[in-house]
Amino acid sequence: MMSNITDLKLVELVDKIKKKELSSSEVTIAFIERSKKSKKLNAYISENYENAIKKAKIFDQKPDFKKKLPGIPIAVKDLFCTKNIRTTAGSKILENFVPTYESTVTQNILDEGGIVIGKLNCDEFAMGSSNETSYFGNVQNPVSENLVPGGSSGGSSSAIAAKLTPATIGTDTGGSIRQPASFTGTVGLKPTYGSCSRYGIVAFASSLDQAGPMTHDVKDCSLMLEIMSTYDTKDSTSVDFKRENYLTNLNENIKGKKIGIPKEYRVDGMPKEIDELWEKGIKIIKENGGQIIEISLPNTNYALPTYYIVAPAEASSNLARYDGVKYGFRSKGENLIDMYEKTRSEGFGDEVKRRIMIGTYVLSSGYYDAYYLKAQKVRRLIKNDFDEAYKKVDAILTPSTPSSAFKIGEKLNDPVSMYLNDIFTVPINLAGLPAISIPAGHDKKGYPLGLQVIGKAFDEQSILNIAFALEKNISFKNNITDWWIK
Amino acid sequence: MSKNNGEYLIIRNDNKYEVIIGLEVHAQVLSESKLFSTSSTKFGSEPNTQVSLVDAAFPGMLPVINEHCIKQAVKTGIGLKAKINKRSIFDRKNYFYADLPQGYQISQYKDPIVGEGSVTLDMPNGEKNIGIERLHLEQDAGKSIHDIDPQNTLVDLNRSGVALMEIVSKPDLRSLDEVNAYIKKIRSIMRYLGTCDGNMQEGSLRADVNVSVRKKGDKKLGTRCEIKNVNSIKFMQMAIDFEANRQVDIIEEGGSIDQETRLFDTKKNETRSMRSKEDAHDYRYFPDPDLLPLELNDNYIDQIKKNIPELPDEKKKRFIEKFKLSPYEANILVSDIEISKYFEEVSKNSDVKLATNWITGELFALLNEKNIEITESPISSKNLSKLINLIKDGTISGKIAKSVFEIMRDGDKDPITIVEEKGLKQQSDPKELENLINKVIIENPKNVEAYKSGKDKLFGFFVGQVMKNSNGKANPKLVNEILKKKLN
Amino acid sequence: MTIDLKTVKHISKLSRISIDDNKAKKLGKDLNSIFSFIEKLNELDTKNTEPLTSIAETTLKLRKDEIKSENIREDILKNSPDKNKDFFVVPKVIE
Ligand SMILES: [Mg+2]
Ligand SMILES: [Zn+2]
Repeated sequence: MMSNITDLKLVELVDKIKKKELSSSEVTIAFIERSKKSKKLNAYISENYENAIKKAKIFDQKPDFKKKLPGIPIAVKDLFCTKNIRTTAGSKILENFVPTYESTVTQNILDEGGIVIGKLNCDEFAMGSSNETSYFGNVQNPVSENLVPGGSSGGSSSAIAAKLTPATIGTDTGGSIRQPASFTGTVGLKPTYGSCSRYGIVAFASSLDQAGPMTHDVKDCSLMLEIMSTYDTKDSTSVDFKRENYLTNLNENIKGKKIGIPKEYRVDGMPKEIDELWEKGIKIIKENGGQIIEISLPNTNYALPTYYIVAPAEASSNLARYDGVKYGFRSKGENLIDMYEKTRSEGFGDEVKRRIMIGTYVLSSGYYDAYYLKAQKVRRLIKNDFDEAYKKVDAILTPSTPSSAFKIGEKLNDPVSMYLNDIFTVPINLAGLPAISIPAGHDKKGYPLGLQVIGKAFDEQSILNIAFALEKNISFKNNITDWWIK
Repeated sequence: MSKNNGEYLIIRNDNKYEVIIGLEVHAQVLSESKLFSTSSTKFGSEPNTQVSLVDAAFPGMLPVINEHCIKQAVKTGIGLKAKINKRSIFDRKNYFYADLPQGYQISQYKDPIVGEGSVTLDMPNGEKNIGIERLHLEQDAGKSIHDIDPQNTLVDLNRSGVALMEIVSKPDLRSLDEVNAYIKKIRSIMRYLGTCDGNMQEGSLRADVNVSVRKKGDKKLGTRCEIKNVNSIKFMQMAIDFEANRQVDIIEEGGSIDQETRLFDTKKNETRSMRSKEDAHDYRYFPDPDLLPLELNDNYIDQIKKNIPELPDEKKKRFIEKFKLSPYEANILVSDIEISKYFEEVSKNSDVKLATNWITGELFALLNEKNIEITESPISSKNLSKLINLIKDGTISGKIAKSVFEIMRDGDKDPITIVEEKGLKQQSDPKELENLINKVIIENPKNVEAYKSGKDKLFGFFVGQVMKNSNGKANPKLVNEILKKKLN
Repeated sequence: MTIDLKTVKHISKLSRISIDDNKAKKLGKDLNSIFSFIEKLNELDTKNTEPLTSIAETTLKLRKDEIKSENIREDILKNSPDKNKDFFVVPKVIE
């Protein structure tokens, strides 16, 4: 019985609760029980089980079925500040930090009846592509043992793929939702910059960070986006645009849609399976009345180096507040400076330190123009590429990642090769555009691979619709055995 | 140091050095809430009670700008006859300090909200224009307290995030008097505009002082030192004097000046280097990605311009033209908006000349003695105006008026009531005065004879006797007239 | 270009992160490999390109001058490593 509940998708669960076929308590307990049996995945940093069950009971006593997430349990990435629930950002420096406030995105979920069952593992301060930089340890990809779940939202991708939560949320600065979704055979969407409020999300790179949903399918994704995306006066970069009822408006009709295929995304050494997958996507679009148009994004090759200047620069400043004074870890020092240096040296992990140092360097006097300013200029060129392309097409189709998931430890000592993971996702963050990754097939090893649909700014509905059409025709099956449950 | 024709020069071994001064004034914006958060700016509250999650830089907190602070900066810019920039950018200035919770200060670097302007100083040898380089908005830091806990430094973030306007002058100031006049002028303009209360005791106005010296006649500027955060005009002057002399000493000994940040020690009356060289600052300014560029349109700026009140320079001009005041008098009366308001209230219904004299004389002496502002004056403008009218219409003499004023200062009593109750009305009835005069003439026959035989000086004696007999109430003008007739 | 040990130490100082010599060497190696990959940007001519600072398609949002945040000293100090009830506490600073 229990396992049946966790097999259900988010929209199905909402439906069953509304029809009183299931209670919030039954659903909440089912996901908690499965989560308890799944400790081996290390998807959680903090559990909120008891509290969640209490909340579910309260919901059942006085259910409000008008809510979009009526008593639905949800685990969230530990980058979202949650009131009275420890929030660590995967870092030792915030190991014992308990916010007295709620992020806007999680508040939106609570307001719609959602219940937080726990906080999910992630790369430290979201800096990583394999969840190996977390102070709280590696996360297992449920697809196969010792496989990374992607990152930085690795706890989220693992938890959704393993059905520990019916839906989850992540953050995406350079691909941190889409790449882990692709690695675990799940759906992940990064909204347009300014769509979801950044208030209460531990910042990595302010001009790139966006929160987004991670789900089993496109329908669930549409529902979550509908809830997450609100205009927020507490975030100066939140944009007041007309948000659609993404789920209600979801349809698979893509007749006449013009889909761009960027030739620069055919990178050297890309596995054949990925090329085939891309071709499969193109074929489906054509068969469904869509029009394929070759486009050029000439500055794509410069996106990664640009990203590895912009993101660390912003991060070096954003992470200056972790100094041992107001909250978090503090190491004793002989004087103020000594205290700062020891606190930050012991409190941050190697990757975070590496990025802070890169960021400090590219902003420092004598290097600003050569690096930071240069990167901002190239960022303009990259954005212009997309603007140009969108004069001809409605959306763009690419692979989500240049490879499938890799083994834990495989790329740990080679930062550049790790960074290359984000080659297809990073340009989209630099241009502030929405993009969705959906599972589209498997490689030789049986590991999932994803396709990415990139949209025009604020046109999330179109990419959801295109993804919906692709999903229907691909009928992807995530063959996950519960290997981690004895 | 010497002051030849108002020039401020330092002389050593026959070398004359000129002192070049530029000021970075930090003026606290008058606003209810902080620049990027909704906590209060009120002065003097319990520590850390006016701190929001944003001010204390909690994870995930974001800045949202206060529109009123933008308006205040634009207003001040207009008051400084400066260019308002239609596009300005907020940058992060990165450094670590205990009272800087974010690890950076949000400020404006390359694109400030206000560009070049100027202020006019009235110096004894004429007007002098001081160039304004820029005005930008930034956050204040918190306060580090070193003297409560012997082991630790305590941090109070109540000020953290309060809006400041940093007004940067060009290196146009040349003397301590000019520094004094400049600070007072800037303060006056902001008080007229209601953009800063200028309260130096509460730290609403502080300055970083840039000082360099060069041999008189040299064109090139010397290397400057910045003296941080000086919070009174007196200390600024002391700091500059010490620093300029220090620099001259170094140059005279064949050394050169290191560009550095220094601190003024008010106890030892000296400046000293603040940070060691190895820790040289690199602020790594970059545009704050949490904020977008600030764009202002012409309409917005024009609307503010339209509502700018009359400022000290214009008011001075009007006072000179309309009231026929001397530039000196006008200067004093416009120097502070509250003084000018008081003056205009008094002179609305009374003689301007008398109003000027009484305010700059008796009233200022009183305020000085009590060390209070004109807004706290125990004598209201209404009652001072009445007192002046009593003099003007001859009800009391100027001398009696002074004693009435003495009574008024303890409780703002209506001077008309005082005059009536104390019977201080001037005797102006010619009949009564004639009686008084006759009595004096009869009682002093010898003096009358002496006067008539040419001892003119005795006239004063007769006036004095009459006044004495009238207890000072006799109208001196009439006494004079009648006496003359009687004696001649 | 290469980043030498002295530069690594200088950046670590600016970043307020202490590192020992071994770590500094390793970090120097990493930084050099990352920066050689970043050097690719020099291929591009950006003389006439305006830098892009913010991607948000909106103008700066303004807030009314209102006090909304009340006294939350307890919340503010709750997570602080030192348990003073009124202040944040840091090692003695001598100016
Ligand atoms: Mg300064
Ligand atoms: Zn300043």
